[in-house]
Parts: sequence; structure tokens; C-alpha cells
Amino acid sequence: MDMDFVINVLYAMIRTGTPLLIVALGELICERSGVLNLGQEGMMLVGAVCGFMVALTTGSLVLGVLAAMLAGCLMSLLFAVVALGLSATQVATGLALTILGAGLSAFVGESFVGQTLQGFKALPVPFLSDIPLLGPLLFNHDVLVYLSFGLFAGVIWFLRSTRAGLILKAIGETPESATAVGLPVMRVRYLAVLFGGAMAGLAGGYLSLAYTPLWAEGMTAGRGWIALALVVFASWRAERVMFGAYLFGLASILHLIVQGMGVSISSNLLAMLPYVVTILVLVLLSSNSARVRLYAPMSLGKPFHRTQ
Amino acid sequence: MTTAQPQPRLSLRNISKRFPGVLANDRVCLNLYPGEIHAMLGENGAGKSTLMKMIYGVMKPDEGEILWQGLPVDIAEPAQARALGIGMVFQHFALFETLSVTENIALSLPAREARDLKALGRRIREVSERYGMALEPDRLVHSLSIGARQRVEIVRCLIQDIKLLILDEPTSVLTPQEVEGLFQTLKQLAAEGCCILFISHKLNEVRALCHNATILRGGRVTGECKPAEESAQSIARMMVGEDTPISTTYEKRQGGDDFLVVRNLSLDSPDPFGTRLKNINLRVRKGEIVGIAGVAGNGQDELLAALSGERLAEEAGQISMPAGRIALLPPLQRRNQGLAFVPEERLGRGAVPDMSLEENGLLTAFGAGLVKNGFVNWGKTRAFARSIVDDFRVKCAGIGATAQSLSGGNLQKFIIGREIRQNPSLLLAAHPTWGVDIGAAVAIHKALIELRDAGTAILIVSEDIDELFQISDRICAICHGELSPLKAVRDTSIDEVGQWMAGHFDDGAERENAHAQD
Repeated sequence: MDMDFVINVLYAMIRTGTPLLIVALGELICERSGVLNLGQEGMMLVGAVCGFMVALTTGSLVLGVLAAMLAGCLMSLLFAVVALGLSATQVATGLALTILGAGLSAFVGESFVGQTLQGFKALPVPFLSDIPLLGPLLFNHDVLVYLSFGLFAGVIWFLRSTRAGLILKAIGETPESATAVGLPVMRVRYLAVLFGGAMAGLAGGYLSLAYTPLWAEGMTAGRGWIALALVVFASWRAERVMFGAYLFGLASILHLIVQGMGVSISSNLLAMLPYVVTILVLVLLSSNSARVRLYAPMSLGKPFHRTQ
Repeated sequence: MTTAQPQPRLSLRNISKRFPGVLANDRVCLNLYPGEIHAMLGENGAGKSTLMKMIYGVMKPDEGEILWQGLPVDIAEPAQARALGIGMVFQHFALFETLSVTENIALSLPAREARDLKALGRRIREVSERYGMALEPDRLVHSLSIGARQRVEIVRCLIQDIKLLILDEPTSVLTPQEVEGLFQTLKQLAAEGCCILFISHKLNEVRALCHNATILRGGRVTGECKPAEESAQSIARMMVGEDTPISTTYEKRQGGDDFLVVRNLSLDSPDPFGTRLKNINLRVRKGEIVGIAGVAGNGQDELLAALSGERLAEEAGQISMPAGRIALLPPLQRRNQGLAFVPEERLGRGAVPDMSLEENGLLTAFGAGLVKNGFVNWGKTRAFARSIVDDFRVKCAGIGATAQSLSGGNLQKFIIGREIRQNPSLLLAAHPTWGVDIGAAVAIHKALIELRDAGTAILIVSEDIDELFQISDRICAICHGELSPLKAVRDTSIDEVGQWMAGHFDDGAERENAHAQD
């Protein structure tokens, strides 16, 4: 196997894994605050359709991306008001959000099906893209992929080294204690949910503006659900989320490679592969329960009522 | 001290707080002077916690004034209280288990002081050494003992310029030796001019530590005294009023044949932070109460889970009752052989919070004729619940009330009543009177003693060493998953049991191990 082929495969892996990485990092922050938002798929779809519509009508991809994030934010705000403000069950609210997002995006985007636009183009970073092997692999992507690298580094830095990150983790662990020491539980949770919504919207926008620049109903193809599983099996750690996202990416393009090689395996089986591989590997990784408990937000999914 | 510094640091003037249906505080007045250790005494529900929460800014009073160093203040939230120099150590610690000691403390400090965690770590070390409270700043809280966790809470308060420290039942989780250490620290703090508000049920401790005491009953101040000049009995009388029985002594019993026999029981904990049981040997006789003392988290939960059947042991013979070897039997089959269990957690394990008392009664007593051919006999079930409520004087809105609507003490009376009513041959009870007020505790103790006298073997796990000495016939302690020697209560002392609780088992003493080999 020659080097170019390997680099091409890995390059495609990163591109395919990126939307998953973005949405999963958003959900990671949301869950670390103790809120389980199962509406990722719905928020991604609404983000994808809004991003595509705005980009197509205004001709500006940047406006498209902003619209996608705003749409995701608004969807998550709806979730936050119901699940946090009114203390509804988070699981049910999240499921409702996904159903709403799927229906809403299909309805709004009906007249846009079949249209295409000029999506984000690869933007080689000067000098860095000339490095052998690493250059073409990492520094010859579109701007949203770079953004996802920055997001990854930012989330790690936020959780490890900032006071705000510490507050987020504390609130996700024991909101009662957090209230007792005077931390603003509700405000932090709202912000975390909104961040998760913005990232889901961005991930949707990546799909409809960069990965495959078009709108198709249900185009997220379950990535929102995979992202949710990813966060859990990555035991709420950003490095593992990235690993899982790219693993999914690799498994997703595997069927193209295998078919290219002329091996005949049912395409249905191959299409199933990324989901199975990602979950299996992450289940194995998360089998050490002691370590998982250190990172798992203990209050995850439990509504919090301030007493009195 | 009142003449030297006539201005109280904190004054409460006619503080009232009303909850739906209850007047939690009724025109409470209190003065605290610098350097004073002041006890706040009262039964559960007397309004102590509510009052403390208002001082600490968790709640706001409906009426009345709080004066801080002579000036009226409106404390809207805990951060504001801390800015004034008020610190509080909660009964249920407000700590984050997955974070380090330093991080925990950083979270309660203003951002500018907590920016540099290394410097904060050094400050923590300094403060903890100055007050003789050993702490390692980098340890994760989940790996700390309960005593060390409490030290984290206290250091968290001391690291700021503290003028008033509120402690809510701080000694209930400590070994007697740790209590001694805590009192040293508190006395040193008071000598430096800090005020201390000390909430406790343990009157002997209050007498040893506090300068003054205020007694609350039903939300009102019903008395003030200098605890050193009173007896524990006279203070208790002020707390409960005239007509409630207070503690009595019970006759010790020898017991009959062995009923529960535990042989060389070793068991790993499924919880990665749990304790491994190491070679436990224990015999409980018919008609006696055996008490197991120990600081929480030393294997009590694991031992009770193995005995009750929530977790199965490795070999059938490790636990046996006269009817056979039970170590591999599930809970229901053990219950069928006469075992009853009162777990530590009342809501969630002892009772289902959302279910009514009659339904909760059915949960373990369904075998006592309440279910026939798979159908519930609701008439009998209600009668069963009603008889428990009447006989054990459970205060509730009726047998249709949900378990979670009851106070801790009343729910505990119901759960113990439910188990006793099934005439068990063996009763396991964890922390039977934890958080229960004096009147209810006496009722629970009496019920246990009656059950013992009827020939039941009883095993009690408790952190309250005074309680164990009062009701047990024989006593031992558990530490790091190992059981100390088992001695008759009259042959041992609180001091010796305190040593056992800290893991110093005297090898000269007769060990259960020795005669469990046969």
C-alpha cells in the first residue's frame, strides 16, 4: 500500500469524523454540567437546514455557519427552558426535541432539496501544509475542520485549567453542594446546554455546507445518536471523544475502500460497520469502572430543584 | 467577656420563618460574642437548621433583623455570608468527590484568590498545620475518610478570614479520638476570637465544649443555659419538654445459643471505592444485641450487604443460621428463614419514597398473609400499616401518606416497626436512630430491647458509640474491613472501642477468630 493512499484514507477519515467530533464535544460540555440532552440529532438537522438555506439565499458561507449555530442554540434554548426551567424529564424532552428537529427541518427545507451550492473549499495553511505526510493530512482542510481542532484544544484547556471548567465539573457532580458553596447552578447549566446546541448546529452546518454541500431530509444519518453514545463510552473525556469520532470516520469510509478493492461484501453490512466498530471499541475502553466514575458527571440527567 | 466587649458580633432579633403549615422559627433572639462557643440545641424539626440557613444566607427570614457587629445586614446568599466572615460546615458535606482538596476549596473562594492553585495548596497546608488538622491538598476527596472530609470543610472556612463558624452536628461522623482533636481546634479558634455556633444532639459533648447554649423547641427559644453547670439529663429535659421519656438504661443479657454464625468471610467490594471484607468472624446469639461500632466507610455497608443477601459471598458456609448455610442465598430466601433488615438509607432502600406507607408495608411483609394467590389483600395490608403507625407512634398524615413525606425519625419508626411486626429471628439494623430525635430514639431502643427479650438475635451497626453502649450486650468495631475482638459491653470501655475503631486491635484480647476455628 503506498503512502499516498494511506494519507488519502486518513484525510477522508478526519473529514468524515469532524461533524461527529464537533457535536460530541458540545454534548460533552453539556453532560459535564449534569444535563443529558438527547436532542442532538434534531438540533443537527435544524442547524444543517438553516445553514444551507441562509448560505444559498445570501451567498455567504460564513452567514450560513452562523445561522446553523444560531438555529442549534435556539433549539437547545427550547430544551433548556423545558428541562431546566420547568424541571421536566431531560430524557423525554431531549427525545421530543429530536422528533421536532427532524420534522421541522424536513418541512422548512422541502423546497431546497436537490439544490447545491459551492461549499467550503480546502484551505492549505501556508508552510505547514508543505510538511511531508503531516502537511497534506492535517493542514489541507477546509476552515471548519481547523475550527474543530481549535474546539478540541479549547475544550481540553477549559476542563483542565480554567476555574469556569472546574465550576462546570463541580456542578455536574453535586449540584446540591454547588448551591451550598454559592455556585450558580442554573446559569451554568443553561450556558452549557446552549453551547451544546451551538455545536450541534455547527456540526449540522458542516454536513450541509462542507461535507456534502446540499440539503437532504435526515442527512445527519444518526450521527447525533452516535455522538451521544460516544460521549458516554469515551467516559466524558475529550481525547477519547476525538479518538472515537475519527474511528467512526475511518469505519465510514472503509466500505468505499473495500469496494474499491473489489471485495464483495453486502453494502448493508458495511454501512453498519462504523456504528458497530465505534461502539465496540469504546465499550472496551470504558470497561474500567473506577476510572469512569472519576469522570462521569454524577448528577447526569437528574433535574435539580433548589430547595426553598 | 460580655463586659469587655459589650457589642455582640451577631445578634438575631425576633427572627421568624414560616413554611406552608409550619412556623419553623418564632421570634428567635440570639446574641453571640467574640470568642464564644455557643450550642444550639433542639430536637429534629425544632428549627435549628432553618435558623442556621438564615444566618448563612441560604434562606431569608420572613420577619426580624440580623445584626452583624451592630449593623443590620441582609444576607441574601452564602457568598455574602462568607464575605462577612461567616463559614458553615454542613452535616451532609458540601464537597465534590471527584475533585481534589485544593479544587474543592478553590470553588468556595472568590475567583481572584483561587486563581493560583499551587499557592492555594500551600495556604491550605499552612492553615491545616496551624490548627493541627492533617490534610493533603492534592488528594481527591473520594479517597478521604469521613473525618478528613470534615477537616476539608473546616479548613475551607478557616482559610478565609473567619469570624463566625457554624457547625451542624460535626461529631456524629467521628471517632471519639477525632472528636477530641476537633474540640482542640475549636477551642484554639475561639481563643483567637472566632465565634462558634455548635449544633449537636450529644449533650456530653456540648457540656465539654460550649460556653453557652440556646435551646429551641417547636421553633421557639425555650431556654438558655451554661451547659457546664447543667447535667445532660436536665438539658435533655429542656429540649423535649416535660412529657417525653428520655434515655434510660437497659439490663444487659447473656443471650442463648448462637443464631447467626459468620466464618472467615472475605469479600471484595463491587464498588471501586468500597472496602474489602477481611476474614470476618462473628457470632450473634439468640436474645442478645451485638453492636458494631466504626467510622463510616470501613466496611459496614459491605458487611450488611453480605449478611442481608444483597451481595452473595463465595462459599455457602461463610454465613449460617440454624436452618442452614445461607451465604449463597438471595435476600428473599434469607427473609423466609427469619432474617429482617433495616438498611441505613431510609428513602430508596428501606422504603420507596413515592409509595404510600401501606404499600411500603407490603414490600417486605407480603409473606405475612397480605398476599393470597398473587393478589394483594388490601384490607389486611391497610390494617398492618395502621397497626404499625399506631403502635410505634409514627407521625404521618395517614397510612396513605408517601414515605418521603415523613420526617426521617418517623419513617425510621415505621420501617423498624414493619420489620419487628414480622417476628424475625434475626434483625440486622444499620444506624437505627441516625438523625432521629430523642423521643423517637427512645421508642426505637425500647422496641429493640423488647424484641431481644423475646429471643431475637439482633445485630446493630452504628456510628453512635454512646447508643451502642446503651443498648448492646456485646460490642466490637470494624476498621478497614476487619472486625475487632467482640467483648461484653460491661468488660470494655468507650476508650477501648475508640481504639478499635481506629484499627488498633489489642492482640491480648480474646478474638472471635480464636474460637471460630472449630
